[in-house]
Amino acid sequence: MTEAAMPALAAGETDVALLDVSGVTKTFHVPRGASGRNRLRALDGVDLRLGHGETLGLVGESGCGKSTLARVLLMLERPDQGSVRFEGVDPFALRGKELLRWRRRVQMVFQDPFASLNARLCAEDIVGEPWRTHRDLVPVKERGRRVAELLDMVGLRASDARRYPQELSGGQRQRLGIARALALEPDVIVCDEPVSALDLSVQAQVLNLLTDLQERLGVSYVFISHDLSVVRHVADRVSVMYLGKVVETGPTRQVFDHPRHPYTAALMSAAPVLDVTGGARRERILLKGEVPSPLDPPSGCRFRTRCWRAQDVCAEVVPPLESSGDEPLHGAACHFPLQEVRGA
Amino acid sequence: MTERAETKVAAGASGRPVLEVDGLAVDIRTPAGTVRAVREVSFSVRSGETLALLGESGCGKSMTAQAIAGLLDPVAHVAGGEVRLDGTDILSLPPARRRKLAGPGLSIVFQDALTALNPVQTVGAQLAEPFRIHEKLSRRAARERAVELMERVGIPEPRSRVGAYPHQFSGGMRQRLLIALAVALHPKVLLADEPTTALDVTVQAQIMELLRELRTEQQTALILITHDLAVVAEQADHVAVMYAGSVVETGRVADVFARPRHPYTRGLLDSVPAEVARGAALRSIPGTPPELHAVPSGCAFRTRCATAGDVCAERRPLLVESGPGRLSACHHWRELADD
Repeated sequence: MTEAAMPALAAGETDVALLDVSGVTKTFHVPRGASGRNRLRALDGVDLRLGHGETLGLVGESGCGKSTLARVLLMLERPDQGSVRFEGVDPFALRGKELLRWRRRVQMVFQDPFASLNARLCAEDIVGEPWRTHRDLVPVKERGRRVAELLDMVGLRASDARRYPQELSGGQRQRLGIARALALEPDVIVCDEPVSALDLSVQAQVLNLLTDLQERLGVSYVFISHDLSVVRHVADRVSVMYLGKVVETGPTRQVFDHPRHPYTAALMSAAPVLDVTGGARRERILLKGEVPSPLDPPSGCRFRTRCWRAQDVCAEVVPPLESSGDEPLHGAACHFPLQEVRGA
Repeated sequence: MTERAETKVAAGASGRPVLEVDGLAVDIRTPAGTVRAVREVSFSVRSGETLALLGESGCGKSMTAQAIAGLLDPVAHVAGGEVRLDGTDILSLPPARRRKLAGPGLSIVFQDALTALNPVQTVGAQLAEPFRIHEKLSRRAARERAVELMERVGIPEPRSRVGAYPHQFSGGMRQRLLIALAVALHPKVLLADEPTTALDVTVQAQIMELLRELRTEQQTALILITHDLAVVAEQADHVAVMYAGSVVETGRVADVFARPRHPYTRGLLDSVPAEVARGAALRSIPGTPPELHAVPSGCAFRTRCATAGDVCAERRPLLVESGPGRLSACHHWRELADD
């Protein structure tokens, strides 16, 4: 089957991936709207692998399922089908203390640093709060020193420790959110649009911080973003999602420079680029229409209604995610993938 | 005079600018006292041209647009300067005359289409309103024009959707409706305040394309307010970079982006992750933009600037000619121009 076609898309050198998600499907039941349908398939047979110290970029437009996928990774949603393996173990099968231990290892940094921090706690209490649940991690008398260490690690000053979130700037708040995630010494941090609420100059500071922390701590990132230039900068590999499916995955440079799925190509070409040399504008693929409702996705290939290469078979057969011969790590789910360098 | 940015920026293009902003200042009343949010802002734009106002949050770019459109929040007011539309200072016009300009003279597209549209009125009725008021058309004729307008901005099956309400449209379609409303009376100047920020990338590209088409078709002067350098690079002819309420650099986009002559512009360009090798650190600007009540003396940028010296704390740099058709407000622009 299709899932079997892609084991070669492994993360790094290690055999057991840190995180291995395969064939995950998640359906939500929603109130019947105008379409008369109430089953929303947010994820449909999604595969994902993440290695130690690696950054996987997840890109896609609203409603593609990237945030649902993040919630599955955080064990906030249980998938209907498919498996999630964390170092070979199914976290959803764990109970009690073991579950608690596993939860510690996947943490999250949220998009909105204004809404994701408790306004009634000061910085040091926010960073230390996770230890109230995970009591054994840091001995009580060590905690003060450890908080100071974490604040320093994310570039906050000691004098910021007693300040409240509303007294901090957007960039400082995001640093605080990162310190809180680091407090539990996680192996994976899911970053959901971590810099999109920040100004450009501050965004660069936070991106530098994330890169720096990865080098020092070896933490892996699942990096969700709609900003392709940011993903290109931080991610080792990237998966492109469309209406609940991964349509293309591979090493970042491969996917960006030689997209094989028409949707990826359109997405890349749609993003405005900063070309300071004042060169000619690139050929832009302007897609028609908008993403169809996930309540009523098209049959066969879900992208076919907006695809300029679609043929009859696309309406009938769901294209499997397959790699091409010469690039085994680069897979695309398309019956008519784009060949090599298109229009340089 | 150095502050008369428009005459110099315009050098090279022909014809008189349709909109000239000259020394515009806006004050805001806050509990801590009055602060100046926009100071001495000058620029101009010609028919069929796009000028981008570029800057980060709080730099005063939206407030500048609101002042031009006469839509300032009650706590803010224009404290000085002129906004000339075809040579007439619209800030000094009586309200009734100014209102007549809203639509055929000057019009604005907001960022958030859901809050900008009336949720309890059909889109047809909203789109018909400009024709009813300004052209005194009958209900039926105005509705017909609304349908044409919907078709023009790319709304599928306009005739069957003219009676629908805003919430029945997707985000991209709502933005199209808002643009339709703004261009209904072929304004001479169209202000677009972050018109695509809330939209997905593929829809964003469609909307920018639509704005570009309409600008050419109607020969509108477009003022694009944005924080996105790539959007500026692709869409605008001229750019005015704003920081802490002031314009710090202006010129043709290609010149300014290829050879920035203000350290802030350069810092912004260096912060864009685009082509920097993966893993390599981005050269970000240290610190954060100042709060309005705590703008540093002299040059507002000096506390974050690597080239700042004593003179920067003492004297506020004025916009001076730093190249053909460009102006920079930096005491040290020459040093930047050298490397």
